[in-house]
Amino acid sequence: MTAGIRTPTATSTQPATDPASGTAADRVADPVGRPGEAAPTTVGTVDTPGTGTVGTAGTPGGPPPARHLLSAADLDLAGAVHVLDTAERLAQAIAGREVPKLPTLRGRTVVNLFFEDSTRTRISFELAAKRLSADVINFSAKGSSVSKGESLKDTALTLQAMGADAVVCRHPSSGAPHRLARWVDGHVVNAGDGTHEHPTQALLDAFTLRRHLAPGVTGRSGLEDRTVVVVGDVLHSRVARSNVLLLSTLGARVVLVAPPTLLPRGFEHWPVEVTYDLDAAVRRADAVMMLRVQRERMEGAFFPTPREYTRHFGLDERRRALLPEHGVVLHPGPMNRGVEITPQVADGNGSVIVEQVANGVLVRMAVLYLLLTGGLDGAR
Amino acid sequence: MTEVPALLVTGARPYGEEPTDLLLAGGVIAATGPDAHRHPAADGARRLDATGLVALPGLVDLHTHLREPGREDAETVESGSRAAALGGYTAVFAMPNTDPVADTAGVVEQVYRLGRDAGLVDVQPIGAVTVGRRGERLAELGAMATSAARVRVFSDDGDCVADPLLMRRALEYVKAFDGVVAQHAEEPRLTVGAQLHEGEVSGRLGMTGWPAVAEEAIIARDCLLAAHVGSRLHVCHLSTAGSVGLVAAAKASGTRVTAEVTPHHLLLTDVRAEGYDPVFKVNPPLRTDADVDAVRAGLADGTIDVVATDHAPHAVQDKECEWDQARPGMLGLQTALSVVVATMVRTGLLDWRGVARVMSEAPARIGGLADHGRPLAEGEPATLVLVDPDAVWTVRGTELASRSTNTPFEGMELPGRVVHTVLRGWPTVVDGRIAAAAGVGV
Amino acid sequence: MAPARPETTSTDAASPAPPAADARTPGRLLAGPDIARTVDRMAHQILERTTGRTAVLVGIPTRGVHLAHRLSGRLRTFSGQAFPVGELDITLYRDDLRRRPPRSLGQTTLPDGGVEDATVILVDDVLYSGRTVRAALDALRDHGRPAQVQLAVLVDRGHRRLPIRADYVGKNVPTALADDVVVRLAEVDGVDEVELVRAP
Repeated sequence: MTAGIRTPTATSTQPATDPASGTAADRVADPVGRPGEAAPTTVGTVDTPGTGTVGTAGTPGGPPPARHLLSAADLDLAGAVHVLDTAERLAQAIAGREVPKLPTLRGRTVVNLFFEDSTRTRISFELAAKRLSADVINFSAKGSSVSKGESLKDTALTLQAMGADAVVCRHPSSGAPHRLARWVDGHVVNAGDGTHEHPTQALLDAFTLRRHLAPGVTGRSGLEDRTVVVVGDVLHSRVARSNVLLLSTLGARVVLVAPPTLLPRGFEHWPVEVTYDLDAAVRRADAVMMLRVQRERMEGAFFPTPREYTRHFGLDERRRALLPEHGVVLHPGPMNRGVEITPQVADGNGSVIVEQVANGVLVRMAVLYLLLTGGLDGAR
Repeated sequence: MTEVPALLVTGARPYGEEPTDLLLAGGVIAATGPDAHRHPAADGARRLDATGLVALPGLVDLHTHLREPGREDAETVESGSRAAALGGYTAVFAMPNTDPVADTAGVVEQVYRLGRDAGLVDVQPIGAVTVGRRGERLAELGAMATSAARVRVFSDDGDCVADPLLMRRALEYVKAFDGVVAQHAEEPRLTVGAQLHEGEVSGRLGMTGWPAVAEEAIIARDCLLAAHVGSRLHVCHLSTAGSVGLVAAAKASGTRVTAEVTPHHLLLTDVRAEGYDPVFKVNPPLRTDADVDAVRAGLADGTIDVVATDHAPHAVQDKECEWDQARPGMLGLQTALSVVVATMVRTGLLDWRGVARVMSEAPARIGGLADHGRPLAEGEPATLVLVDPDAVWTVRGTELASRSTNTPFEGMELPGRVVHTVLRGWPTVVDGRIAAAAGVGV
Repeated sequence: MAPARPETTSTDAASPAPPAADARTPGRLLAGPDIARTVDRMAHQILERTTGRTAVLVGIPTRGVHLAHRLSGRLRTFSGQAFPVGELDITLYRDDLRRRPPRSLGQTTLPDGGVEDATVILVDDVLYSGRTVRAALDALRDHGRPAQVQLAVLVDRGHRRLPIRADYVGKNVPTALADDVVVRLAEVDGVDEVELVRAP
């Protein structure tokens, strides 16, 4: 199997046979549930769900399909390992240098299209692009035509006309980067969409985990059979979604710990275990990933009080001590110190939170490099 | 009134049964059978070859959004009427969520007159249950009932009449003129920010779910209320397996409840949302396979009385955007019959008599349209549709008559094509094209 | 798998006039013992040129790195001095990233002392258009400012596209533009040999 873009698989729950059955079903040509095989009647005319997310921006007769990173599910095992290995090589290439800058993407334009404030993610992408010598344009919703009511499509067409080679998109609406990918020829990188996904965060988490749990490993995952416990607001967390997908692709065991109100419906279909007992989960973890609790959840009756949340789902020193010696603690940031994690744990032994930030630049360099030099399904 | 020219329809198969000739004259079916052409009115009658076509009473849509007044960029009564006629409809019920809201005699009469002017289908306005559809106090239901539009169906569609006391009063009040409340069953607190069916897909796509229980809780409550006050209740766009069970149970206990299902809920499921294309965003949302199976079975066994389109045109900018910014709704008038053929007829769940029942007779009866949904028999209104059951066509939003293009069936090949539509003897559609206004308003 | 580089492929550049066809003898140009002798000779030349001073051997992946290690070993034997070896992946400095299929990045590791003020000898297997060497010079510059940079190649097959020449050449091989010079080293390929594959 070649690396990179995953062949659409039967992720849908719709059975292969349409309940209509018989000749009618055949004539109705229902492409859903059989995303792998495009129904002949709908090819090129329907945004075929299930195949629409990856590299299908092109219309028939248009330019060849662009490659995007919209979901962690866009990466198969070889592709994910390829990104992680590339990030390691990039780290080597700039390690200890006076000028940590590579000429690789000179003359390319990367647009940071941020419809939502996220200084840290934007800076991380900006630094990544600049270290590869790309020109970077920051396009934020504030002070732009977007806040004057310009539609996403018009914004996309504007970027298209400006010749953006890559568009890094942060958006409060789930799926917005998928929409964008249909309207621009450039490569779209999802930098966090609503409560859906944040694939580069998952990549940097995996990169960080690999450096700690499988130091020196390249050419394979290194996280096989490791247990990563993800704690908190899974329901609203794009970080959790991307991590569940990527970590399971990399062969890790993912355990979700959350109050039942903060678990999405249908998680039983996810490649995860779920428990409500954080102590027990931490004891057998190789890593614990704490998710941020959004203030509006505290007011949305998802749990009675922050204090009760912290008691059951917060990581304090007592719980930290249950983690095996080699275990590490991650947090995508920004942290609510004192709510989901205590300052002592955040700054203490085994915390790799600061490294995550540095590694974010490396994996984003890798993603931009691979996308802009041919695709995530790149060379072997 | 202009004289209706006589029309001799030859070789049609009423309800898909034995071929016969139908002589349409004076707005009624003047004669049937092989000797129809000998009838005195047949002299000089125009002939319409309908060999092989299935004849059904003209279709009646109990649930259409025509957008006028207010959103004429998305649809007008005229463009919606064209779409309806081309879809085989001879009457449509226009939902009141316009701007201004059809909550007064003045607005419903305006819509009614616009329908007469278009003259392609009978446009029967539905009145809002509450003022401004805000769910706070009853609109002047009686005034709308006694207006020229003779409103009999009331609905806040798009929003639920969530207040149980207000719903009880509405159910009781419309008894005075044999009205019916058509409820958009959606518990508002359970659907705050809801984007698509709550389930595996919504969890994976990271969008707020619209749980089945939010529909079922309202249906259960309303059935109990209707039983308590002895009123008629109509359930709009029923979409879940649980709802089918609730309606079946209420009917079994004698409650006067009827229910409709949309074509899209008969065919499509929530996995369509995977590409985040808002053309698949609709309220209530596309559900699961199990729900599709249940609503098909419910329609076949009579638990669900009606297929209604919930035809909901939207301007391009309201669909070419982020999913959560998009407006919910889908086109339906021109694809409804074909979807029913695909999902119900070709599967053996319904015969053509069944199609006539769920797409014409039952909606006419529920909505109180005496001249629609009548048998194809001598002396009955010459209001019918002729369908080529074997034709297959490919849906293209841009080729539909609606001002909007938001069909979820884009690119699909669907079976069954409307060839001719006749309203009170006037051919509104001939050979799949709009023929002429039926002169109903003349 | 190492990135394919222009030096080992023949399809990458448009052509000046080929050398006389009779100069091209297809088949094996160097066998194992020939390569060993060639490396020895190059090591001696390096010692002559760097009299008394050490130098950093920087190999260009993949085969350049192995050649650098071989040279370093011979240099130590002949001089008793350590010649540290590094490797420098030049993929990120290529000027054809837009045109060619994407490739994996190679390893970059420089000796502890780095390259600042050092004499650096770039080592590669085949010198062809010169583009790889140009990229390597750019990459090297980003790692520091060597006092001097030299170039050692096992085979020079001509057809330069840039004003670059090698300081140490194991063997000059006249080729047609469409020919292919294939270098195999035991560390990677299981056998030591240099082969000229003539254009069909």
